[in-house]
Amino acid sequence: MTLTPDLVLFFLLAAIAVGSALGMLFSRSAVHSALFLVLNFAVGSVFFILLGAPFIAMVQVTVYAGAIMVLFLFVIMLLGAELLRQPSAALPWQRPLAFVLGLLFLGVVAAYVFLGWGGATPEPFATADSARNFGGPLDIGKVLFSRYLLPFELTSLLLLVGMIGAVVLVREEKKTPEPKPQTPK
Amino acid sequence: MNHRRLLFLLGPGLAAVGLLAFPAVSWAAPLTSEGGEASGAGLFGLVPLIVLFPVVGLLINLFWGKQLGEVRVGILASGAAGLSFLIAVLQLVALQGNDYHAVTVPLADWIVIGDLVVPWAFQVDTLSVTMMLVVTGVGALIHVYAIGYEHDDVRHNGDPERFARFFVYLNLFLAAMLILVTGNNYLMMFVGWEGVGLCSYLLIGFWFEKGAGGVGNARAGRKAFVVNRVGDWAMLMALFLIFWMFRSLTFDEVFGTVERIRLDATGQAMITAITLLLLAGATGKSAQIPLHVWLPDAMAGPTPVSAFIHAATMVTAGIYMITRSNPLFALAPVSQNAVALVGGATALLAATIAVGQFDIKRVLAYSTISQLGFMVAAVGLGGYVAGMFHLVTHAFFKALLFLSAGSVIQAIERGHMAHEAGHAHGGGHADPHRSGHEQAPGHPPSAIGHAPPAASHPPSFDPQDMRNMGGLWSRLPVTKWVYVAGALALAGIAPFAGFWSKDEILLDAFKHSPAVYGMLTVAAFFTAFYMGRQVLMVFWGRPRTDATRHASESPWVMTIPLIVLAALSLFGGWFNLPAIAGYTPPGAHAMTEWLGHTLGGRGEEAAPAGAAAPAEEGPGEAAEIKEGELNFLVAGVSTGLALLAFFMAYLLYSKRPETREDDDPLYEMFGPLFGLLQNKWYIDELYDFLILRPYHWLARFSAEVIDGQLWHDWFHDQVVAGLFNLFTRLLADGVDKGFVDPVISDFPADLSQGIAGVFRRMQTGYVRSYALAVFVGVVGVLGYFLIAK
Amino acid sequence: MVPTSYYVALSAILFTLGVAGVLTRRNAIIIFMSVELMLNSANLVFVAFARQFMELSGQVFVFFVMTVAAAEVAVGLALIVAIFRTKKSINVDEVNQLKG
Repeated sequence: MTLTPDLVLFFLLAAIAVGSALGMLFSRSAVHSALFLVLNFAVGSVFFILLGAPFIAMVQVTVYAGAIMVLFLFVIMLLGAELLRQPSAALPWQRPLAFVLGLLFLGVVAAYVFLGWGGATPEPFATADSARNFGGPLDIGKVLFSRYLLPFELTSLLLLVGMIGAVVLVREEKKTPEPKPQTPK
Repeated sequence: MNHRRLLFLLGPGLAAVGLLAFPAVSWAAPLTSEGGEASGAGLFGLVPLIVLFPVVGLLINLFWGKQLGEVRVGILASGAAGLSFLIAVLQLVALQGNDYHAVTVPLADWIVIGDLVVPWAFQVDTLSVTMMLVVTGVGALIHVYAIGYEHDDVRHNGDPERFARFFVYLNLFLAAMLILVTGNNYLMMFVGWEGVGLCSYLLIGFWFEKGAGGVGNARAGRKAFVVNRVGDWAMLMALFLIFWMFRSLTFDEVFGTVERIRLDATGQAMITAITLLLLAGATGKSAQIPLHVWLPDAMAGPTPVSAFIHAATMVTAGIYMITRSNPLFALAPVSQNAVALVGGATALLAATIAVGQFDIKRVLAYSTISQLGFMVAAVGLGGYVAGMFHLVTHAFFKALLFLSAGSVIQAIERGHMAHEAGHAHGGGHADPHRSGHEQAPGHPPSAIGHAPPAASHPPSFDPQDMRNMGGLWSRLPVTKWVYVAGALALAGIAPFAGFWSKDEILLDAFKHSPAVYGMLTVAAFFTAFYMGRQVLMVFWGRPRTDATRHASESPWVMTIPLIVLAALSLFGGWFNLPAIAGYTPPGAHAMTEWLGHTLGGRGEEAAPAGAAAPAEEGPGEAAEIKEGELNFLVAGVSTGLALLAFFMAYLLYSKRPETREDDDPLYEMFGPLFGLLQNKWYIDELYDFLILRPYHWLARFSAEVIDGQLWHDWFHDQVVAGLFNLFTRLLADGVDKGFVDPVISDFPADLSQGIAGVFRRMQTGYVRSYALAVFVGVVGVLGYFLIAK
Repeated sequence: MVPTSYYVALSAILFTLGVAGVLTRRNAIIIFMSVELMLNSANLVFVAFARQFMELSGQVFVFFVMTVAAAEVAVGLALIVAIFRTKKSINVDEVNQLKG
């Protein structure tokens, strides 16, 4: 494997991603975990750009890192960052099992990817324009609003539902007085 | 007319029309006759009417009796009997026109099953016409008499509405009896046999709510029925054997076969069995030993019933039956001997008992039994004509005696009521009475209908007790003469009818069997004695009670039939006078000739009048008809004995008893022996001990022990219920609780619970463990895909 | 160019880390964030293959995933807040009333 700048960049970014993930996992403070996750998302965004998906990258930054993580932080602040580092008495086998399973999973995937499938390298773009336009908003929009129009609409519905759900769930329960019987006379 | 009336009109009307259709058809249809000729066709065809008239009469009286009123009911019933008598006379005429050949008038085929062909056909021959004439003639007279008698009787017993019912029963009886005598086969005869038994029961218990203890009459009726049943059973057995042997029940066929066959040992035994069973049947119906016990109790019925059924007709059915079956008896000398001995013994026994009776009707009842014994003995000795002759004359004078006794009884009752009325409201006049005699007959005590009630009057004055009578000679002008006539006829004093008929029987006995002759002669002696005793006790001396003192004669409607019967009793002997010392009176041997056409053999003429018969033969030969010769020895002995008996009775009874409380003179003479006679030789008590008690014991045992304790208590409650309970308990506890519950209900449940308990642990409640489980699955699936690829 | 399999491997690692977080952490919010990490790793794979096969559908799909993730986060956080109101704790181990 020749060490091209692409590869170097890739490994560097990968390391940061994994590191931030580990950081998210192991940090004691929930706020730190959230911030590590933001970093992870940012790295992910860079990856997207590398992979010719600039629109998605921007969306990742705005939605994921910008909105979702902000929401997370809101809630963390709201509920107080709890420090739960005491190992709980329940489920003693949980950690070891999780560890083993994780390794197993990785092994399986790795076996498949490298042995079964082999490696394939994406082809370079033909022209600079196509390189620039691939994954741009125009092309995404074309596909999104023609072939995937229905899922698009459905996701809007989903968002609506989610919004309503969120509002309902956190609504204070008002003690409504007993409704007086109102029989038409 | 409302619906009910319409129905009542239509029903019997249709029935009458239907019944009338039959004789109309038979009139038009060709008749079968002995000689194959249809002769005197029209008159013979009328014979079904002889049964029809009483049936129509009874139906009309049954449905409309109440509306018609007493007089019309009586006229209707008597008219029916009279019309039947007319038909019988016409049959006589028809027979004369037919040269006395028997004729069968068929009506319909009744039973046709394989070999058994039983027609509904009328046999018109001299024998059956004799019976028809007697039954309808005497019957008509008694119907007329009964109009008057019942008029008082229903009022005396307090139920005037019952008047019509009496005549319904009487007509029914007449119809049944006529079926009996006109049937041409044994089964029809048996139908009539049973029918008269039924009517006897109905009429004996006519006042079923009265009698000793309120059930005495009903008990007497039941006794008659049950005892008759024993005889009927024997007769039915005989019928079965007859059919088995001859494959037919018709007289002509059976007797025709009898003539042709030769008997081997088995056949002989069969014939003997048949005839002995027939004898047993006759014993029941004709009140011979040992089944005679019902007849005295039957006096519980009203007096016309006693006269008609239990003196003149029903009880003679047995003699008729034996006479009809004479070809069978001719083949069984053993049975003939038995018949004669039974008859003789009965005659003697009953005569002795009659001597000790105080009830006027009981004396006559035992007298009837005794005279029936004479008839039975006669036919047992082969003297069929003698037996039938005595049957006829006995019908006359016994009916006469009974009806006269009824007249006497009602006279006493009238006197009683007159006496009561005279002492009315006088109070304190306890009419001295003594009912202390044997089983109280059904004549009801003074439950007076609508005479002023003597409230304090103790109900035990018995108008039938001869000890309450006496001195009626001056008070009953007509009844006294007819009674004496009857008594003389019964005792066998010439020239009354009884003398001729009894003498013929004695002659037969004298010739054939000294033993029977002895018994009959002694019985004749007693007969005269007890009749003398009765006449003296009733009519002689002075009245012994107030009631008797005030007795009055019966109305003409009752006394006229008495007079007619008395005339018949006086002149009835003319039916069959014998030759007397070589001189043949005009009309002699009339009945012998007449019956000879039927009894003398098939299709043969009997010896014509005046010819001497072959020499005497012993019993066991075919019944040949001998013409009688007056044997002065026999006649003299019997007459002498009768006169002697009268004299002795006069000596004893002319002065005594003077009062009611006096003992019978015989009692003073013989003491306990008299008690034996008075108590009927304790035969009823013997039966009670030997038969009734064990039977009741058995019945009670069956009911209480076998049915109650064994079957009900033990078997049902213990065994069945216990088993059932055991079974259910087994099922409930054993199967259900032991097996079904644990295995089918508990085990799966526990198993489920166990398994569930195991799997429940998977629901830890922790989200993380669920997620772990999911992830395990993911890894698994991925691994699978990897391996598969 | 970077071989696509490298991206897949990276994604797998990130995914495993996310799973480990879900399985191990007790803080509900941290678990939620781990879920986001898993989703993100899936996004990465989609985009990598979109580039590999020059199919924009992959990217569109990522778009949708993000939308759904957003909605899901909203509702999930609302849930957590609601539970916190009752139980005063966001320890998932305390939400175990449904245990058998």
